[in-house]
Amino acid sequence: MRGFLKARVLIRPKEGILDPQGQTVERALPALGFKGVKDVRVGRMVELDVPDSSRIGEMCEKLLANPLIEDYEILVVEK
Amino acid sequence: MKFGVIRFPGSCDEVDAFQACERFADAELLWHGDRDLRGADAIVIPGGFSYGDYLRAGAIARFSPVMEAVREFALGGGPVLGICNGFQVLCEAGLLPGALLPNVGLKFVCRQVELVVENPNTPFTRASDEGEILSIPVKHTTGRYYAPEAALDELDADGHVLLRYAEGQNPNGSARDIAGVANSQKNVFGLMPHPEHAVDELTGSADGGQLFKSLVSHVGALTPA
Repeated sequence: MRGFLKARVLIRPKEGILDPQGQTVERALPALGFKGVKDVRVGRMVELDVPDSSRIGEMCEKLLANPLIEDYEILVVEK
Repeated sequence: MKFGVIRFPGSCDEVDAFQACERFADAELLWHGDRDLRGADAIVIPGGFSYGDYLRAGAIARFSPVMEAVREFALGGGPVLGICNGFQVLCEAGLLPGALLPNVGLKFVCRQVELVVENPNTPFTRASDEGEILSIPVKHTTGRYYAPEAALDELDADGHVLLRYAEGQNPNGSARDIAGVANSQKNVFGLMPHPEHAVDELTGSADGGQLFKSLVSHVGALTPA
């Protein structure tokens, strides 16, 4: 879309916060023959088109993530 | 004395909460789009899946028009009780400290639990004694209370933890067995268990009534006779 950026926000549980989903995935992988995988964390991804990327951080702080329990990472994927 | 019980799209326990309130005082259901609380003396934010619990449980509900009014009411000292999803909404709104994470077992848990009254000197617990055991059901998937260690120390030191799961009964991995916490003014309280489902012996326990009774007596004490 002209004049818009596509951005992705990756959201994951903060370090130190127990992530039972990640643990479950980590335990399931060896059963399928994938050995030696560790530190699996399961989060979510929000994809959005924005007129500019300047306010995505604010969106994360206010809505997309809960900064008390989640870290977020902003990627601009398409200009 | 009138309770206002908020109904969001996706709420599912508002009728039980409303009927529980009606056993002890007047009650009125309030819609999420309402901007005034119609003279309610205490607000109950019930359980359910407000706005589908999209993004995170409680994350969207906190932006509803009625929550602006609830915030004002709470900041003015009005008592606000959040049950289950209501607890999640109050945490997301920043009216309560901490957050609720998925249960440590990742499963939906539905069972009767015993809760210990830790602080009876609040509008929500004044009908009980310290150490009293309340039998109340839980039913949730996202009920693991979390706050950073330093914040937990503060909550413990200042009597913010009003209810704790009895030893060995923590159903979700909550930090320090916390079942319900209050803000520093002790006028906003959230808990994962459902007192509104325990107001009649017919369902196994009427202990949940203690919270509603407490609120009625709190409001009564404020109102000149």
